[in-house]
Amino acid sequence: MYNIMRDHAPLPVTGPTQPMRLIQGNGIDVGRTIRFTFDDKSYTAHPGDTLASALLANGVRLVGRSFKYHRPRGILSAGPEEPNALVELRTGAWREPNTRATVAELFDGLTASSQNRWPTLAFDAMGINGVLSPVFTAGFYYKTFMWPAAFWEKIYEPIIRRAAGLGRAAEEADPDFYEKSNGFCDVLIVGSGPAGLAAAMAAATSGARVILCEQDSLPGGRLRAENILIDHRPGWTWAEATVSRLRAMPNVRIMTRSCVFARYDGGTYGVFERVSDHLAVPQPDQPRQRLWRIVARQCVVATGAIERPIVFPNNDRPGIMLAGAVRMYVNRFGVAPGRQAIVYTNNDDGLRTAADLYAAGVRIMAIVDSRQSSTHAQAVAQRTGARLFPGARIADTSGYRGVTAALIRGGNGKDCRIACDLIAVSGGWNPDIALTTHHGRRPSYSDEIAAFIPTPDEEDLHVAGVAAGTMTTSGALTEGARAGHQAAACCGFGEASSPPLAAPIVDQDESYGIVPQWHAMDAESGRRAGRAFIDFQNDVTAKDTKLAAQEGFRSVEHLKRYTTLGMATDQGKTANVNGLAFLAEVNGQSIPQTGTTLTRPPTQPVTLGTLAGPHRGLHFKPHRLPPTHQWASEQGAVFTANGLWQRAHWYPRAGETTWQDTVNREVNTVRNAVGFCDVTTLGKIDIQGPDAATFLERVYVNAWQKLPVGRARYGLMLREDGFAFDDGTTARLGENNYVMTTTTANAGPVMQHLEFCHQCLWPDMDVQVISVTDEWAQIAVAGPRSRDVLRQIVDPQYDLSNEGFGYMAAANITVCGGQSARLFRLSFSGELAYELAVPAHYGDALARLLMRVGAPYGIAPYGTEALGVMRIEKGHPAGPELNGQTTAHDLGMGRMLSTKKDFIGRTMAARAALTGPARPTLVGLRPLVAGTTLAAGAHLLPKGSPATAAFDQGWISSSAWSPTIGSWIALGFLSNGPARHGEIIAVHNPLADTITEAEIVSPVFVDPEGKRLHA
Amino acid sequence: MSSERYSLFSLLRESLRGHAGWKPAWRKASPQAAYDIVIVGGGGHGLATAYYLARRYGIRRVAVLEKGWIGNGNIGRNTTIVRSNYLLPGNAPFYECSMKLWEGLEQDINYNAMVSQRGVLNLFHNDAQRNAYIRRGNAMRLHGIDAELLDASAVRAKLPFLNFDDARFPIQGGLLQRRGGTVRHDAVAWGYARAADQLGVDIIENCEVTGITIVNGRVTGVQTSRGPIAAGKVGLACAGNSSRVAAMAGLRLPIESHVLQAFVTEGLKPFIDCVTTFGAGHFYISQSDKGGLVFGGDIDGYNSYAQRGNMPVVEDVVEGGMALMPRIGRVRLLRQWGGIMDMSMDGSPIIDRTPVEQLYLNAGWCYGGFKATPASGLCFAHLLARDEPHEVATAYRLDRFGRGAVIDEKGMGAQPNLH
Amino acid sequence: MRLNCPHCGERSLEEFTYRGDATVRRPALDAPAESWVDYVYLRENPAGRHEEYWYHGAGCRAWLVVERDTTTHMVHGVRPAGAASENARSES
Repeated sequence: MYNIMRDHAPLPVTGPTQPMRLIQGNGIDVGRTIRFTFDDKSYTAHPGDTLASALLANGVRLVGRSFKYHRPRGILSAGPEEPNALVELRTGAWREPNTRATVAELFDGLTASSQNRWPTLAFDAMGINGVLSPVFTAGFYYKTFMWPAAFWEKIYEPIIRRAAGLGRAAEEADPDFYEKSNGFCDVLIVGSGPAGLAAAMAAATSGARVILCEQDSLPGGRLRAENILIDHRPGWTWAEATVSRLRAMPNVRIMTRSCVFARYDGGTYGVFERVSDHLAVPQPDQPRQRLWRIVARQCVVATGAIERPIVFPNNDRPGIMLAGAVRMYVNRFGVAPGRQAIVYTNNDDGLRTAADLYAAGVRIMAIVDSRQSSTHAQAVAQRTGARLFPGARIADTSGYRGVTAALIRGGNGKDCRIACDLIAVSGGWNPDIALTTHHGRRPSYSDEIAAFIPTPDEEDLHVAGVAAGTMTTSGALTEGARAGHQAAACCGFGEASSPPLAAPIVDQDESYGIVPQWHAMDAESGRRAGRAFIDFQNDVTAKDTKLAAQEGFRSVEHLKRYTTLGMATDQGKTANVNGLAFLAEVNGQSIPQTGTTLTRPPTQPVTLGTLAGPHRGLHFKPHRLPPTHQWASEQGAVFTANGLWQRAHWYPRAGETTWQDTVNREVNTVRNAVGFCDVTTLGKIDIQGPDAATFLERVYVNAWQKLPVGRARYGLMLREDGFAFDDGTTARLGENNYVMTTTTANAGPVMQHLEFCHQCLWPDMDVQVISVTDEWAQIAVAGPRSRDVLRQIVDPQYDLSNEGFGYMAAANITVCGGQSARLFRLSFSGELAYELAVPAHYGDALARLLMRVGAPYGIAPYGTEALGVMRIEKGHPAGPELNGQTTAHDLGMGRMLSTKKDFIGRTMAARAALTGPARPTLVGLRPLVAGTTLAAGAHLLPKGSPATAAFDQGWISSSAWSPTIGSWIALGFLSNGPARHGEIIAVHNPLADTITEAEIVSPVFVDPEGKRLHA
Repeated sequence: MSSERYSLFSLLRESLRGHAGWKPAWRKASPQAAYDIVIVGGGGHGLATAYYLARRYGIRRVAVLEKGWIGNGNIGRNTTIVRSNYLLPGNAPFYECSMKLWEGLEQDINYNAMVSQRGVLNLFHNDAQRNAYIRRGNAMRLHGIDAELLDASAVRAKLPFLNFDDARFPIQGGLLQRRGGTVRHDAVAWGYARAADQLGVDIIENCEVTGITIVNGRVTGVQTSRGPIAAGKVGLACAGNSSRVAAMAGLRLPIESHVLQAFVTEGLKPFIDCVTTFGAGHFYISQSDKGGLVFGGDIDGYNSYAQRGNMPVVEDVVEGGMALMPRIGRVRLLRQWGGIMDMSMDGSPIIDRTPVEQLYLNAGWCYGGFKATPASGLCFAHLLARDEPHEVATAYRLDRFGRGAVIDEKGMGAQPNLH
Repeated sequence: MRLNCPHCGERSLEEFTYRGDATVRRPALDAPAESWVDYVYLRENPAGRHEEYWYHGAGCRAWLVVERDTTTHMVHGVRPAGAASENARSES
């Protein structure tokens, strides 16, 4: 079935479809044919293909255009490192820009388009940039486009922006959905090549919980690409068998299509699973992709390596590919990427491409081996009938939309032009060490393999196989087993000292023998030589690198930022080390002296949809619903978000044409009859213990020791820096039992603050606090008839008269014949009012009951808007006044600050800048003409003064139309405000282009004597 | 002939001769024995300070000491936003001064930093937020700063792809500063370095300050990895590491170091035309000229010098992004990174003398450091040259915490991770 | 990052809220003003080991003192703040 070392090579199947397809590959199913389109042309392929392998099978070589010069580009690699073959996949709302054809799994009906070209891929007008390339050098834009200054936004930038960018984001909301999951294991193994599988087997056998993540759809890693025998059978069948054995173990989870993209702190790994990208549409209830947070005690990184190209003039033409990728296409996908191949290598591994291509029937035109003498190269050349050029390099190539020939410069200096349609290049392999550097650990340079290898990391990270610089399969198997064994031992499974499982047998060790040749440039190639690309996608050339160094950008980070080397979608996976080698040469330094750049997460691009998961749209944040929500919905309430809470904003009735009509009616109802409002969202904190009163003394500015049982008191809290934090009432329900209310917004922060005060500042105090916000449904019943209504509900033994239950009274009571409840005579509206709390699950029933028993008194529910209007009418500060920037003095509560005790914020509140009368202080404002709007956010300046900040004396914090007063009213902060009642001040609202006038008044607009409260 | 002045002409001339004439943007200076002023920190603020010292105050015996390569701190790790949409009187004139310097920067330093005044739009989602933005916008206007209030339909006309249909917190409108925008961050460091270098400033890379020499309560120089350097005055401009360096002079600062993560996606054809901030989550975004979506959110929230953050904030930020812009779901995150912020105790910076004579401090920039770069440089140069605060930076005093004259835009109090 | 809560076991970062330096001591009411400014505003802000307050708000609601390295994010110890030490307490 598989395609292994034929003595006699069959020719590629030629025909109208898939002309470059071989008989079989180990990862595809030729028994089935599927269809796809690329740039509106239809092609066939087989299950198991990637878009890249399918395009190659169909003889399509031109796939994309580069970023800057719009050079024709083909497929370079066979994996996630691909810089060139980027396409837009799917269409409409499903469009995925910048998709690497090399990792896009083919499905029947797939549509793909080339991107960043106009009008077509073959004829791209932006190719003109290539002609202008002598001007468009590294950093050219920093030197021009400066004159005239105004032209940047109007002319230059729009042109640059349109030319830049790659694919196009979809124009509609992403229609797919995404999930998040958590995983926990002892040992996380990254990669399912020989090292990863050996590690998984060793760790799993010891009993450790193992998760193995493979970013590819199939396990095996490079074993899919190579003709290597393990235990005397093809390596990829060994991999599949090993995976089957692992899958059968209950302590192992194998995750394919799952990329470990980041290593965070504390053994937390980000994993990106492509759940249904390989399907035309996800199955019902299946997410497109899934984000995993995997917590692992130990991790084995077995991520293999990424091959690097050699930098030579015109090294970017379609048909110039990485040698290892070519083997992947031949062996896994059964595709010959060309018919006449040149292999260009500086190591033995590249030679295997010649052998595999030959076995697949491809003619090997030449082997260009930059090493002077390699017996291995001679042997391969002899076997494949290839012409061998030892000590040679490729000095140029030709072929606009695909390579047609190479100019080979022999070791003897002679040039030779050889026709070809494929150049397989190997500049050596860079261990894929990205994950090992996420914690800032810099890798070290190995002269032996001419690449960076990971340095020993924290004790929870093991690196094995090629990723660690071990270049043989047998080495990878042994090292993987050892790493898996050690990782498990670190978690307490097995003995650290006992030998790991016997490694499988590999028939023959591969040789590597790299002699680095980073580039094929020579001094005499000079200015006329073609461009030699280091970073393909961003079109960073050898010359750019030299110019950057010439201009002083000699640090690797400067080089990267100045030339954009390594900043394309592939993050320089094939470019960075070559760029570094180039810089080292220019600087006259060694590579390790020159340095390296750390990689940042993610190791591969991750869709934003995955990172957001289900938290989008209405599910962005949870909804908190007060107990009366269902009932309020039935009433037709309009809701508003109040933090996470959804609260009834107002309750429209038939005939009301604007929300203002509704709110006016609700206010009038409360002022003249009775209304009720769900105030459950206010924070409720139970405080108990012998030191509860002392504790309250410390957290509030005012005195609490003498508050009798059965009474409530208003309290103001400061932060330790002396600014107001929160306010509310606290009631004493028993000798050592208080219940505190907080604002809705600060329910959480106050709770946290109280815990801090108790646990960290005064741990010796015998007091306990607990949030009971969600335990009680609390409803404010307000208005002159509120007592009459409550009388219908509260059990008859409780006296609700002024004498029996006066203003600020509080008690545990029963309602409805024995149901426990809490009653407080508190008023935010300024009317005779109560707050009645019942266990939360009775909240809905209470609302319905109030409607029924209140009907004779004209009861109506009111929403938060009416609540807000009435609190402004009464001058009560709320969120806009308690904004974290105001002091007790600013709020007109300076006199509440006790001088007889320590309390949070006392000392800092006394600082000079917080105490002067010039500070803006709470005032009321009324327009001179009742109907004139006073906008919250307007600023207060003396009448007639210029509209500049120098005259700014304050601002309006809250405003409303008061149906009670029959005018707009406002609260604001004004410098020296309390001394200025009666003054007329200018109200500036430059955003609305208005200046009006208002009278400074007391902030209490309604019932300043409080008669209604005490009624 | 070398090309010292950048222009279209010099670029064309050089392209005809293989660009052989470009000289290093700045000299690789070695430390001299003594300077009038030594600036510790070769980031944007330090380089700008040196430039303005030389250009505006005629002080050219100046060295900028950088422990690594210039621009490796927050000038190279931010989300490139510039704006002056501040509320408080201590801040607004300063950031507006910075904005004005941005507007003329490229012609001033002869370096295209791609100052792009594409607008900064802060969205609001409820009445209280709207009112706070109206207050802020009006404060800006009273300070002579441009500001406009957009209602929901105006926002929709400008950014039709935002989530207006099934938003958890519907967009009510936004405060727009059209003069705000983005600047190519690295270019700011390089441009100031080149301009300062041309005026004779020594920019000394790979020179780590290891000690501050104090004699009788007065600074006389610094010790460095490349030997001692005498200085008439020493200015610290090393935000992120301010506490560590100030500790060399025995100072404790009202600062914590925190990590702020930022993110960029793969390049895309342009579709986001202005900097946009989400008012119902921690998310702000712009699109770079190259096409990547550059976005960020809140700091991770714990003290850190590690230049990397953790996953909860990554998810939190992207959730905000998807809630606001559901069309970006199939766009891919390319890279995330972390920068170390000097988070001050009130969220505002410090440009002031210190208790040590002739030692000056420029620190505490929180999120505001990048946009402040030109004004910070100018004001710090002014302070170093004249020994008195620049008129737009009078509020940034170290003693304001003791006096209570804090500049707390967010109203979060002495809790750096909440600013 | 994960913290090993003494009451709940090892939990992920998002369950916790950070406050900051746990070595500062709340001065006595009559302490000089500078002590209060120090307490409220000045921090060591070390690059290295740092004792800091974390609140397990999504768990047991305990305030914890965590010893953590600010350069590596490595956690070296977690203990309940209440039992922490005299150090963390108020002098008043």
